[in-house]
Amino acid sequence: MSRLNEANVELAQEIIARYPRRKSALIPLLHVAQEQNGYVTTAAMEHLAELVGITPAEVLGTASFYEMFKFEPQGKYMVNICTNISCQLLGGEELLHHAEKTLGIRPGGTTDDGLFTLEDVECMAACTEAPCLQVNYRHEYRLDHDDFDTLISELRSGSRPDIPDHGTLGLVRQHIPDGRMAGIDSPEKTGSPEWFTARSSN
Amino acid sequence: MATNTYVPHAAGYVDNEGVKIVSSRFQYEDSYTLERSLSTGGYEGMKKTLRMQPAEVAAVVKDAVLLGRGGAGFPAGVKWGFMPPVWPRYLVVNGDESEPGTYKDRLLMERDPHQLIEGCIIACFALGLNTCFLYVRGEMPVAQERIAEALNDAYAAGLVGKNIDGTDVSIDIVLHWGAGAYIVGEETALIESLEGNRGMPRLKPPFFPAAKGLYMKPTIVNNVETLANLPWIITNGAANFKEYGSEKSPGTRLLAISGHVKRPGVYEVEQGRVSFRELFYGHNFCGGIKDDNDLKMFIPGGGSAPWFFEEQLDLLLEAGDVGPAGSMLGSGAIVVMDHTTDAVKACLRVVRFFARESCGKCTPCREGTSWEEKILQRILDGHGRPEDIDLLLEVGANISPSPYPVAAAPESGLEAVPFPPKQTTICPLGPSSVAPITSAIRRFRPEFEAKIAAVSPVGAGA
Repeated sequence: MSRLNEANVELAQEIIARYPRRKSALIPLLHVAQEQNGYVTTAAMEHLAELVGITPAEVLGTASFYEMFKFEPQGKYMVNICTNISCQLLGGEELLHHAEKTLGIRPGGTTDDGLFTLEDVECMAACTEAPCLQVNYRHEYRLDHDDFDTLISELRSGSRPDIPDHGTLGLVRQHIPDGRMAGIDSPEKTGSPEWFTARSSN
Repeated sequence: MATNTYVPHAAGYVDNEGVKIVSSRFQYEDSYTLERSLSTGGYEGMKKTLRMQPAEVAAVVKDAVLLGRGGAGFPAGVKWGFMPPVWPRYLVVNGDESEPGTYKDRLLMERDPHQLIEGCIIACFALGLNTCFLYVRGEMPVAQERIAEALNDAYAAGLVGKNIDGTDVSIDIVLHWGAGAYIVGEETALIESLEGNRGMPRLKPPFFPAAKGLYMKPTIVNNVETLANLPWIITNGAANFKEYGSEKSPGTRLLAISGHVKRPGVYEVEQGRVSFRELFYGHNFCGGIKDDNDLKMFIPGGGSAPWFFEEQLDLLLEAGDVGPAGSMLGSGAIVVMDHTTDAVKACLRVVRFFARESCGKCTPCREGTSWEEKILQRILDGHGRPEDIDLLLEVGANISPSPYPVAAAPESGLEAVPFPPKQTTICPLGPSSVAPITSAIRRFRPEFEAKIAAVSPVGAGA
């Protein structure tokens, strides 16, 4: 049930074709799996193992290293509050505590209605806009506690269509049109590109 | 000309007076589109490149003394020269920006992806390779969308891929997604991650990427901002590039100045010509400390950098000056802290980052960073022990043998220890965790002692 569906298998094959070694596609494929189910299921990891030619344990080995991959269901909205130094200086920790009280959960927890998961996270490259947070990795800047409450009520009422559900990464994907690809070099290939050889010899 | 205009569509970016080498399009709301790029000189550098010899292009970059903008500040042209004549070879773009305080590569990727793509093609051409992987941090979906769209448009327009601009040159750029791990910003860890593994750094030597990188083939890993400079350099030439900045550090940098300043923001600043004082107080930059408070300390180059204080305010933004003074310019991340800041709390927060992000490969870092965090936490919580301050320094010295780089302390007659730190680990992450500890204890030891004394008067002495 939570192996990749047909459309995603096709997408997976397209992604794999952009790498000289299939395993290099593993992290992008884990994102595809997470996008499909909202988290990375065991069955999906077994499927990815088949697709890239490694064992399911190796897939888990890689996936478990990375913060973004979750192995159990998450809230529809992942609210990540930055408390790193730049945000801490301007109220990031107070914002996190406000969020804990407002949502009634601690970092790592999910609200009973399944809408929100809260996380206390590291620097998200918006330091000049402190304190900041991300909802499903989309930034919100310079929030005071009222701004936070407004954001939560907007999310509850579904008036933030710009924020896709948890697991969705980019809404635009790279797609190389047929016949436009130069040809990814495999590590087994030898010799420099023809254009380079031609230009370097005269 | 606009003076210090906050640009809402490029949140954080401040359009100040001065030359714009990498941020020239940020003023346009549609700066990320192919149309805007082409109508403002986009891909001209690439087209010029395609009419040159690869070695000529490499020579221009070397002549421009383009210092890497990722943190280490190594000249890109020299780094390129380390590649042995072995093929295949790869270019990997490091877009895994996550050093605390750093906010510039995300802007460059979100606001001007075509400039980056053009820079990639120029680099690939100079290096004689046709496969480039662009590794973008997972937590930056907007950057990924913008780059994906830009690549799709550029492929369709014949600006990337097979027979670029009608020539025989063919180069692919593949957009790759990260998934959340600070350590992947270290180049060998990034390569491991790109091979589908846990992002743990490799030992150097033998695994210097230029010789044994991706798939054990020669690989150059360049930072986003470094590559974003290439279109301007090729279009305008190395001599013009060197008109800006200083002799040792030509050109500009995108600096994120955050924390307790009146106008935090991302500013494009000429290297070596502006002092920290001017950045924090100058009208063209941050306009003073927040609420006109007093400066307590500042981090000049990201969470990994030892702290600076009032005595260092007149240093210029010149790597060659900042290093001997005991810190680094790093990734262009400056965090300003005023006198209301609790030094122990700030120190703990930075250390906690390294403890959370340690990959666990080297024992001194895996164990040491979490010890450091625990000790600092108990001091802050009022359970500190009198011996904790020395214990912190000792744990730090096991990760980075002392003396650790620190700023001079004129009051106590102590001289600066120059950057970089020594390390007992494979990569600099663990040693970076020692920076806030040695900086804070050397300068603010009484603050640590007061917190310990407040709850354990028996042990703390008078």
